Amino acid sequence: MSRAIDKLPKGWGGLTSDFGSDQKTFKGMSWGKSMMWIFLLSDTFIFSCFLISYMTGRASTTASWPDSSVVFGLEVFGTSVPLLLIAIMTFILISSSGTMAIAVKYGYEKNRKLCAIFLLLTALCGAAFVGMQAFEWTKLIVVEGLRPWSNPMGAAQFGSFFFMITGFHGTHVTVGVIFLLIMARKTWRGDFDTGRRGYFTTMKSDYVAIEIMGLYWHFVDLVWVFIFAFFYLW
Amino acid sequence: MYDESNYKIEAKAYSASDTSVSPAEEPEQELYHSKSWWTTYVFSQDAKYIGIQYICAATAIALVGLILSVLMRVQLAYPELNVLDPTTYYQSLTMHGMIMVIFFLTALFLGGFGNLLIPLMIGARDMVFPYVNMMSFWVFVLSLLVLMASYLVPGGPTGAGWTLYPPQSITSGTPGNLWGLILMLVSVVLFIVGFTMGGLNYVITVLQSRTRGMTLMRMPLSVWGIFVATIIALLAFPALFVGGLMLLLDAVLGTSFYMPAIIATSNLGKDLSTGGGSPILFQHLFWFFGHPEVYIVALPAFGIVSDLFSVHARKNIFGYRMMVWSIIAIAVLSFIVWAHHMYVAGMTPWFGFFFASTTLMIAIPTGIKMYNWLLTLWRGNIRFTVPMLFALGFFITFLNGGLTGMFMGNVGTDIALSDTYFVVAHFHFTIGIAPVLVVFGAIYHWFPLMTGRMLNEGLGKLHFWITFIGAYMIYFPMHYQGLQGVPRRYFEMYDSVHATSSGLNEFITIITIVVAVAQLLFFYNVINSALSGKKAKRNPWNANSLEWQTPEMPPKHGNWGREQPRVYRWAYDYGVPGADKDYIPQNLSSKDIGKANVEKT
Repeated sequence: MSRAIDKLPKGWGGLTSDFGSDQKTFKGMSWGKSMMWIFLLSDTFIFSCFLISYMTGRASTTASWPDSSVVFGLEVFGTSVPLLLIAIMTFILISSSGTMAIAVKYGYEKNRKLCAIFLLLTALCGAAFVGMQAFEWTKLIVVEGLRPWSNPMGAAQFGSFFFMITGFHGTHVTVGVIFLLIMARKTWRGDFDTGRRGYFTTMKSDYVAIEIMGLYWHFVDLVWVFIFAFFYLW
Repeated sequence: MYDESNYKIEAKAYSASDTSVSPAEEPEQELYHSKSWWTTYVFSQDAKYIGIQYICAATAIALVGLILSVLMRVQLAYPELNVLDPTTYYQSLTMHGMIMVIFFLTALFLGGFGNLLIPLMIGARDMVFPYVNMMSFWVFVLSLLVLMASYLVPGGPTGAGWTLYPPQSITSGTPGNLWGLILMLVSVVLFIVGFTMGGLNYVITVLQSRTRGMTLMRMPLSVWGIFVATIIALLAFPALFVGGLMLLLDAVLGTSFYMPAIIATSNLGKDLSTGGGSPILFQHLFWFFGHPEVYIVALPAFGIVSDLFSVHARKNIFGYRMMVWSIIAIAVLSFIVWAHHMYVAGMTPWFGFFFASTTLMIAIPTGIKMYNWLLTLWRGNIRFTVPMLFALGFFITFLNGGLTGMFMGNVGTDIALSDTYFVVAHFHFTIGIAPVLVVFGAIYHWFPLMTGRMLNEGLGKLHFWITFIGAYMIYFPMHYQGLQGVPRRYFEMYDSVHATSSGLNEFITIITIVVAVAQLLFFYNVINSALSGKKAKRNPWNANSLEWQTPEMPPKHGNWGREQPRVYRWAYDYGVPGADKDYIPQNLSSKDIGKANVEKT
């Protein structure tokens, strides 16, 4: 470990010396990566507002709240298994965080083919998640009769919050899948090695972009853990 | 290729000696070079041009807001003229509020002055993501178009008041309760998206793209104000985004996030299928955004005014570090005071106690700032230039608005004064007149930087005195009206003794028209001076901060020519004993300043 950045002061002293320094506050961190962190902080506030609104709405509505283990059950061979589908969905999404991490590792090793393959795998898991979410929505709408504005099983706000929050999260996953595919293509083509310029920005990029993508993806997974806990386990 | 192992940095904390600066940690930013007329002048990726574009677009929409306010004043003083009916009055009121707070002041301070000043003041060549920055402006333009389109849809714009409180913003009887509301919310969401793109740029540029020697504690206070305001905005706008999205779903899909059962059962005999929601939830979300929004507008104004005082009084800013920390303290406190907007909505007295305490606590950092400004002026070599006049105008106006804030922050007095003209006077002084005076001062100050020409000083002074005295004549009587109990948001005052027979309403309205027309002076001055004004010499105000130290004036693309500046000191070395001149720019090293007795900064 002979990198200059490792010789910087550690702990609280390091914090104050970084903030007291010139040029860069987050030493050694690329602009894109620090931007993604700040963006995720802002996005955290969005999801927090969603979940706090959900808690408020659930607490203040007068009608009864449906039993999540019944609503989200899946019938397999004649027996209703609570939370089966959502367990599979959660497993797939969390696993995709693993493949994403491997892609970042191969990215920094400049192993562009394996990096692209793991990006594709991650995108596949994300697409599977969105697909199963579409299945879940269809079942709730068609079979159970749940609507954003009404709910035959109790409080109307259940449907409202459910579709809004899982929909907003699903949009995040979908955007992530699209960008994963774009990044996989760029990686496979070797854009980060040849210095090929971006179509819109006309700027060169590099393998840090894979890690930035990873930050977003891990965030989307982490948010799902909270949504899962608040909607399906509560 | 970005490689952490190539990262050059001295493994020590940056020392404040002014004889050396740290070596460059990274190669310079690669600049975007436009190739066509479109990418140079329309879809420009140069932060300076984007800043000017923001200033022009925000000023244009402010004119709409200004005209609406004149119409409302005419209606209040001369109801017999029937310039507005109740519907258009409420629509004007709503649009005026939303335009002025969000689309004018927020966009102008953060998008306008943020883009113009941040890269130049911290010695960067551009914002860190020029393409995203360009997108930010055009999404902002789109949000303006959507907002204005609400005049074209059935029902017209929403008339729910700028706070858009449900259920009344959704239920029938409120003007524009469907399409007007939808377009308003879509416009606000677009604004947030556009702002987030710009805001990430401002924050990361300040944190990660400063020039050599530019520590955070050497940044001009303008940058500090804009920087902290941007952070607040990135954390506060999410609440508006979520609240607005839920309101949109309530209006479009018929969900009941905010629609209470009592409305569903008693809606004038009409059956509503909604119910069981919480209208108070919207108020919490709205004001969790809404109160920090006050400081999103105020903090850049604080920062800019500090620089105007220091430059035009030829004196270092008093208590620079305390100025920075009070900006940060205000930012933190602004997130825990929101429910003081909701005292009359009903809450447990303990909450009122808590929020009144936190609200009044803001007076401490704000008081520090007021005294520091006063002490900056104390025995300064004050030059009564137009920017200085506007800065002084801000000082008085904000002090006045802050003192009435004491009445609004206390539960007992607030409940008595709530929804009267006292409130109108209070918030127009604090986030209306005060920031707008700073905007004018800042434009007079930085006009040479934008155009290379000076604004006409005489016209500027005339403009200042009419605007400043006029604003006082408009809003000062409103305190009196409010104490008399005249309610705000009334379309007509009917036979109220206090509101009409004293002639105050007519007085206020006539002054409003005078002040509004006087703004033409400003626009004439800007256009005339931009075309044929006196050519500005380099650094016309003899200022220290980096934006005046560029090789060309106005600065070219890339700002700094061959080499980025190096910074050896703070931006406030004015009137240093022993120095040849009364100012020492930030990029002069100790070798270049002779026997000046500077302190380490």
